[in-house]
Amino acid sequence: MEERIPTRLGDGSYAELTRSEIRADVEAGNEAAVRRAKVAPLDEAEIDHLTDIYASPSRFTAVDIGREVVLSYDGCGSQCIGTRVNDLQSYEQMLGADLVELWHMDYCYKAVRTVLPHEQGAMKAAQAVLTAPVQYGAMPDLGRYTRPNGPCPNWSELMPLGRIDEARAAQEEAVEHLVRDIVLVCQGMAAAGADGFDFDTSGAAGDADLLAALTAAETLRAEFPDLGIEIGMASECTLGMHGQLEYRGTRLAGMWPHDQVKAAAQAGAHIWGPAVNINTGKTCAWNAARTVALLRRACEEAEIAVHPNVGMGVCGVPMTLRAPVDAVCRASRALVDLLRIDGL
Amino acid sequence: MGGMRTAGDLVARMQMARGMRLDAAKKHVAGRLGVSERDLADPTVMWEVRAEFGLGRFDDQDTTFPGEAAAMAAKFRISEVLDVPINSAEQFARQAGLR
Repeated sequence: MEERIPTRLGDGSYAELTRSEIRADVEAGNEAAVRRAKVAPLDEAEIDHLTDIYASPSRFTAVDIGREVVLSYDGCGSQCIGTRVNDLQSYEQMLGADLVELWHMDYCYKAVRTVLPHEQGAMKAAQAVLTAPVQYGAMPDLGRYTRPNGPCPNWSELMPLGRIDEARAAQEEAVEHLVRDIVLVCQGMAAAGADGFDFDTSGAAGDADLLAALTAAETLRAEFPDLGIEIGMASECTLGMHGQLEYRGTRLAGMWPHDQVKAAAQAGAHIWGPAVNINTGKTCAWNAARTVALLRRACEEAEIAVHPNVGMGVCGVPMTLRAPVDAVCRASRALVDLLRIDGL
Repeated sequence: MGGMRTAGDLVARMQMARGMRLDAAKKHVAGRLGVSERDLADPTVMWEVRAEFGLGRFDDQDTTFPGEAAAMAAKFRISEVLDVPINSAEQFARQAGLR
């Protein structure tokens, strides 16, 4: 009888599987990606390697010496102890972070615009005491511009009523507001000494959300050729909430990672952060295999740095607030070993 | 990679400022520092290299370096060594009347 190995489901809970069962899950995750996104399947060696990573009972696993990658961070620190600058110092001095991110508790550009001078003061203070790069991050979060809290009609209310044209017009109006806010905040942060900007979970509200991030990146790249722009994604397939929006002639709705990275590079991003959402009912091995298969072509064709998001609920990391280290390190190693990524 | 324990912050700067992929960024930093790419993630090697180039080091309770470059001063050195502009250092220089 095969030994049962502790492994995890996508919700973070333990499951006891045999090596054969884990391999079957890897194969199934691979097939799910191929079927859904029409990507090339993983080969036998890659399936074997993923099986080795997930069939190990070790608490921790890691890449080989010399294969270390940059770790970028969104939202450093808890904001519960000391100041936000203290958080960044802790990440630099105690955790050895390669780059750190200043952020506001209300993590979106619309909210930050209202407290920009306060955020600029924090950035300037951080830059005075840190050596590691400090970027400023927030979410585009297009939904913030809908009524009653925002100026635009709510497309999620209009669409069920069949008022599609109005829903689309509302999203287009919101894009203009969002681009203006992102550019304004980032210009302010550049004036305060920021090393770069992070547009976290771009596309979370769909194709219009991603269009705003790309448009803002293009504007900022023209003004700041040497600053970092990281476009982090919300999902592996861009939602078509609008459905007709294009960036440089390519439709954004339904865009898969290999086209997302091209759009990010065209817009002037220097780092692209793909996200592949977790299926919580499947094992982490299944999810990791699906992630690797979905991202491989993007990683092969990328002309900018690729930092897959290994945060809660994406790219093989369970959907749980306190991600188990055994799951995080397995997902991280799988991505580095099989995709030759540039960071996490 | 280890941040300031190693050369992770330096490699990250090349990705941020130039969009370099990992191999190119490591090659650039290793070349400028005269070390191997494997050394870039080695805290033993980089401890000495960072001191030699004035790139900033951890201030531990047992090891403080009042005579060495740190934070903003280190960023001036990093900018020069890596040949990459650093926004905060340029602004500091301008505001201090150094440029």
